Amino acid sequence: MKGLWWKVLATLLLLYVVIVGLRTPLRPAIVQTSVSRIAPGPVEVDVWGYGTHFIKSGAQVWIENDSQRVCATSVAAIADDHLRVQFTVPSGLRSEMSDLAVFSERDGLLERFGAFFTEGRGAGIATQNCVTGKSLRLAILEFPNRDILNESIRNLFFHVPMWFTMVVLLSIGVWKSVVVLRKNDPDADRSAAVAVQVGLAFATLGLITGSLWARVTWETWWTSDPKLNGSAATMLIYLAYLVLRGSVPEPAKRARLAAIYSVFAFSFMLLFLFVLPRLNDSLHPGNGGNPAFSKYDIDKRLAPVFYPACLGWILLGVWMYDLRNRLLRLQHRLSDANDQ
Amino acid sequence: MDRNEIASLLQLEWRLDRRQKHAWGSMALYVVSTVYTCYLGVKQLNTVATWNALFWIIVLFAAFNALGRSFQREEGGRQIYLHTLAHPRNVVLARTLYNAGTMVALGVVSLAAYTLFIGDRVLAEADIGLFFCSVLLGSIGFACALTLIAAIAARAGSGLGLMAILGFPIVLPMLLATLRASKLALDGVAWSVAGNYLLAVLAIDVLAVALSAILFPYLWRD
Repeated sequence: MKGLWWKVLATLLLLYVVIVGLRTPLRPAIVQTSVSRIAPGPVEVDVWGYGTHFIKSGAQVWIENDSQRVCATSVAAIADDHLRVQFTVPSGLRSEMSDLAVFSERDGLLERFGAFFTEGRGAGIATQNCVTGKSLRLAILEFPNRDILNESIRNLFFHVPMWFTMVVLLSIGVWKSVVVLRKNDPDADRSAAVAVQVGLAFATLGLITGSLWARVTWETWWTSDPKLNGSAATMLIYLAYLVLRGSVPEPAKRARLAAIYSVFAFSFMLLFLFVLPRLNDSLHPGNGGNPAFSKYDIDKRLAPVFYPACLGWILLGVWMYDLRNRLLRLQHRLSDANDQ
Repeated sequence: MDRNEIASLLQLEWRLDRRQKHAWGSMALYVVSTVYTCYLGVKQLNTVATWNALFWIIVLFAAFNALGRSFQREEGGRQIYLHTLAHPRNVVLARTLYNAGTMVALGVVSLAAYTLFIGDRVLAEADIGLFFCSVLLGSIGFACALTLIAAIAARAGSGLGLMAILGFPIVLPMLLATLRASKLALDGVAWSVAGNYLLAVLAIDVLAVALSAILFPYLWRD
């Protein structure tokens, strides 16, 4: 059937995104240590991992300080994600911050950078050689496990594409508005309104997913961030657009007024979403020293799901727009037929 | 764009407004009574952030009040008559210019009333030139962004309420940049820092005027 392929594609992409995006495990990581400061002498450290297999495959543990190593004197696996480790810390470590490294055959090398603040520093020590064995880890697809983000990193496949979809739908809306201004076409006017309605639905979803994500990572539902202000202003603009449509009863006049407002407002929305945030620092990636999506290793492992997610959600949005548009056109025709 | 036509349209506006002096009075009264209400509530304000925010809230609402009536005159036949005399682009440009003048006057009146009642202690450490610049540019910015909105609201025939709903999200980016610029000016921060925000306001003004000139002719085409 003509025009069916992209709907099938959208469905398959979103199925893939939901299944792979939610089922793929995070890379094992060391998430917490009981001690954050080490001084010369014996020290016992509890180490908690996430997605690790300490009991099943054992672990070698060492402290790494400026590429010099201090091996653990004893390692006891209490649970698959809990180790109790003892070190004898020598005096004379060079660097202020020491890293914790855990190696196991199953999970490979896990490091927690800057795990310990180091006291009793000096000119260096005789490095020790701790590693035994070889990593047998099979990692076909796994997501990075980052501090603060942790499991919520999967929200990337839902939160970000919502805004992309909204921008696409609102662009369709402004394009249809331009058509209205040029040709006085009532069909284009209906399409513009539908595009805005569906775009607003996606904006709402973007706000909800974003708010949840902010609660998990920034510990607040809402914060004064240029991108948040921009999205709030966008929603206000298009709610105002719908109010304007509602307040003019005469169809031809409504179409023209709405189209003029839509073009005017869309330009300001672009300004607000893409220009003003550059002037201020934002908590979002890519602003104010926060890592952008493409800067770290994050993209290599998330990209196979992220890009299909963007395409899938955008196609779904266009599909919804198409369906509603067709429904309204049929209703219109039906009422026309009844009138005659 | 025809300079003579714009000049005569400006003259027309001025004459009409001089005939209706109560319009000026009502705008000034609105500002002064708002400031006085604030004064009754807070007496003197000495914190920069609050002083700044309250001032711009007053100017914002004064702008909605003043600009909302800018196309109310063109009800019914007058609009068609004006259409036969002048190109709509010149009409909107003249109206924007006139509104910018009105808003600057209103901004200055607001500032005077505001410093009189709420206090000028925060101005002691401010970069006065920079602050005046941001008041000037902010007022002109409101006029540029809201003139087309006023026209749309007048054509929709539902007055000031719709004007506020349509206009508020449009002026938000400008309001944000102006607030930031005038806050920096009050803190006595250098031009090089606050200048970026003023440039942003200026860029938004240019965009708003260009879009008004492009879109307004469609509004008057029946």
